[in-house]
Amino acid sequence: MRITCPFCGERELGEFTYLGDAKPQRPAADAGEDAVYNYVYLRDNIAGVMSEHWYHGGGCRAWLKVTRNTLTHEISAVEAAAGAGAAKVGA
Amino acid sequence: MKYSIFSLARAALSGHKNWRPTWRDAAPKDRYDVVIIGGGGHGLATAWFLASEFGIRNVAVLEKGWIGSGNAGRNTTIIRSNYGLPGNTGFYELSMKLWERMEQDLNYNAMVSQRGVLNLYHSDAQRDAFARRGNTMRINGIDAELLDQAALRKMLPFLNFENARFPIQGGLLQRRGGTARHDAVVWGYAHAASALGVDIIQNCEVTGFTRDANGKVTGVETSRGKIGAGKVGMAVAGSSSRVAAMAGLRLPIESHVLQAFVSEAIKPLLPNVMTFGAGHFYVSQSDKGGLVFGGDIDGYNSYAQRGNLPVMEDVCEGGMALIPMIGRVRLLRQWGGIMDMSMDGTPIIDKSPVDGLYINAGWCYGGFKATPGSGFVFAHLLARDQSHKEAALFRLDRFQRGAMIDEKGQGAQPNLH
Repeated sequence: MRITCPFCGERELGEFTYLGDAKPQRPAADAGEDAVYNYVYLRDNIAGVMSEHWYHGGGCRAWLKVTRNTLTHEISAVEAAAGAGAAKVGA
Repeated sequence: MKYSIFSLARAALSGHKNWRPTWRDAAPKDRYDVVIIGGGGHGLATAWFLASEFGIRNVAVLEKGWIGSGNAGRNTTIIRSNYGLPGNTGFYELSMKLWERMEQDLNYNAMVSQRGVLNLYHSDAQRDAFARRGNTMRINGIDAELLDQAALRKMLPFLNFENARFPIQGGLLQRRGGTARHDAVVWGYAHAASALGVDIIQNCEVTGFTRDANGKVTGVETSRGKIGAGKVGMAVAGSSSRVAAMAGLRLPIESHVLQAFVSEAIKPLLPNVMTFGAGHFYVSQSDKGGLVFGGDIDGYNSYAQRGNLPVMEDVCEGGMALIPMIGRVRLLRQWGGIMDMSMDGTPIIDKSPVDGLYINAGWCYGGFKATPGSGFVFAHLLARDQSHKEAALFRLDRFQRGAMIDEKGQGAQPNLH
């Protein structure tokens, strides 16, 4: 698996660190315990095409949003995560 | 068929032509008291304990492929009970005790070999942490010995004690730990369960659940037709989220790929299982002579049953740091299995919120050693509708209650457990 970083080009997997599913959104501060439980612990764990956050620590140190098939490891899109920058996960 | 020295002699004298299949490949009936989804070690062990310990023999085990084709046949075959947290310590020791009598119980040679599991430490802090875990084990009646470098030099003179970055100071040894032949564990449970009337049904993929008006699960829909069930238990490892989703559940689990490796056969070298404490590398030597080893999961969600090169490189570097003399041994095979990584690194054995559906999941990459214990406590839950005391903390709602069992202290990030 190689990831084509929009800033650095195609790089080997070892340069990247995985965070996980890009779908869960941090709930509002007053959303209640159930919403936080959902956000922190429950996952769709998709078998198929999934949008996920990767960190390019061995390159530009940007957070990326990668669209990847978990059944085949095929990557169909890589873009900068919203608000990307060092140690900042986009919404 | 009962195996003994006499059955072996009889078969030998008749030219080994009279061996019969060791278990019965059954066709599905309309209804069972309990249906287990998943014909791996855990599912088959559950069926056997239901039949042998809890008197429930009208049981089916449904397997989408062939039995043992998932993680049961893809692990590094290590058995141990060297855990430090309440919940884990007692459960894995229950499992260890069941390993020790498994072959007699099942009348099947699973090649259980208590050759010892040695965790190496490389710093004063790590020694202290291991000493504490060893003490926890001993307080709970489990064997553990803290060995210093001099003792290790006698046992394993070929280790890289003087590694400049990670000198080996000593190790925590559990002598009762070791290995077992993973396929034989599957076949042994199938053999013994089948003999007690359990139906083992292969090529039978569950595609949905049938529910009554109250939402209670009344059976499963499969690629071989509908099968009714009093209760349904799922033990499907990396497919846990997919099966649970058919019942409308989301689980605190991510599926990740873990690779394992075997080298070409070499002469006897490693007397026990050992783990490198400064990276992630664990290794033992099979009876055929191959070094069987592994390390970290790849770290990204995957259902592909194959991994990538960075982890392979990392694992091999761990091996080289520990035992430089294996550098010229060639890698023979490498494979991947799909782990159900839970949010705290600990399994879930509980009733689900859906009436009639029971969950056995979240084994991360520690499922093999748990096989007999998991089967026993899951059978207990299915038969009696309450958790066995050694599995009482493996609850599904523990994340909501803040009662996680996080042996590594990593938090809700499955790829770090």
